[in-house]
Amino acid sequence: MSVIEAPRSQARPARKRGVNLEKWGWIYMRASGVVLLVLIFGHLFVNLLVGEGVKAIDFGFVGGKWADPFWQWWDVLMLWLALIHGANGMRTIVNDYTNPGTTQKLLKGSLLVAAVVLIVLGTLVVFTFDPCPAGSPADLLPSFCPAV
Amino acid sequence: MPENPAGTLTAPAKPAKQKPGGTLYRGREGMWSWVLHRITGVAIFFFLLVHILDTALVRVSPEAYNAVIGTYQTPIMGLGEVALVGAIVFHAFNGLRIILVDLWAWATRHQKLLFYIVIALWVVTMLGFAPRHLMNVFSH
Repeated sequence: MSVIEAPRSQARPARKRGVNLEKWGWIYMRASGVVLLVLIFGHLFVNLLVGEGVKAIDFGFVGGKWADPFWQWWDVLMLWLALIHGANGMRTIVNDYTNPGTTQKLLKGSLLVAAVVLIVLGTLVVFTFDPCPAGSPADLLPSFCPAV
Repeated sequence: MPENPAGTLTAPAKPAKQKPGGTLYRGREGMWSWVLHRITGVAIFFFLLVHILDTALVRVSPEAYNAVIGTYQTPIMGLGEVALVGAIVFHAFNGLRIILVDLWAWATRHQKLLFYIVIALWVVTMLGFAPRHLMNVFSH
């Protein structure tokens, strides 16, 4: 008969010296969670409840928001905190439902790659975004773009 | 002759009601809040992956972004957004419950009550969100 280990049993002994990464991960989930509650509720309120809500979202809407550094930093902070929070939560789930080995390494590696790639991509998009790309029809662009 | 000779102990008339055996899952509020926290967390994670990619299309062209974001404005996706916001709101409030249970002895003792408070706050928040959002989605 196979025995189910107690829920908190460790796959390997905790490190005795240096930084306790699992403790800092635990703290990160709580600290980032509280900040994310504010950032995401604000994001949902501004994008879905103000005015026409989801119907008003288009290129011009995003261009108008990211013309303001306040919303650029709001979105970038949300991106970093949420992806690390989400990837770390998925890591917990992988730890719970897989045994140490190749599959577990592959799953955790995929989570790490997805998080890093999307954080870099998202940060570049927010800070290199051009709200008035040349050659685009003016009716698709924010109203502040100079008429060509 | 003794009333109850050794070796013939009578079994209780009814076996004591047992907790479910062979499983780590104990049921009740604590387990269900944990299950819902996991399911909503995974769902939000996969939406986040897609949402970063669709937003990144602003860097491709206005036409590409508008074409994809337009699919978020259909009635079916509008209902999906209610489900997504419902998942986020539960995960957010239950996350606060977890923090309280971890850090505050009173909350640890009253985690069941806190679960029902989370549900109540979820209902109130969704009553504020869903009608307004669905009016936006279903009025052209």
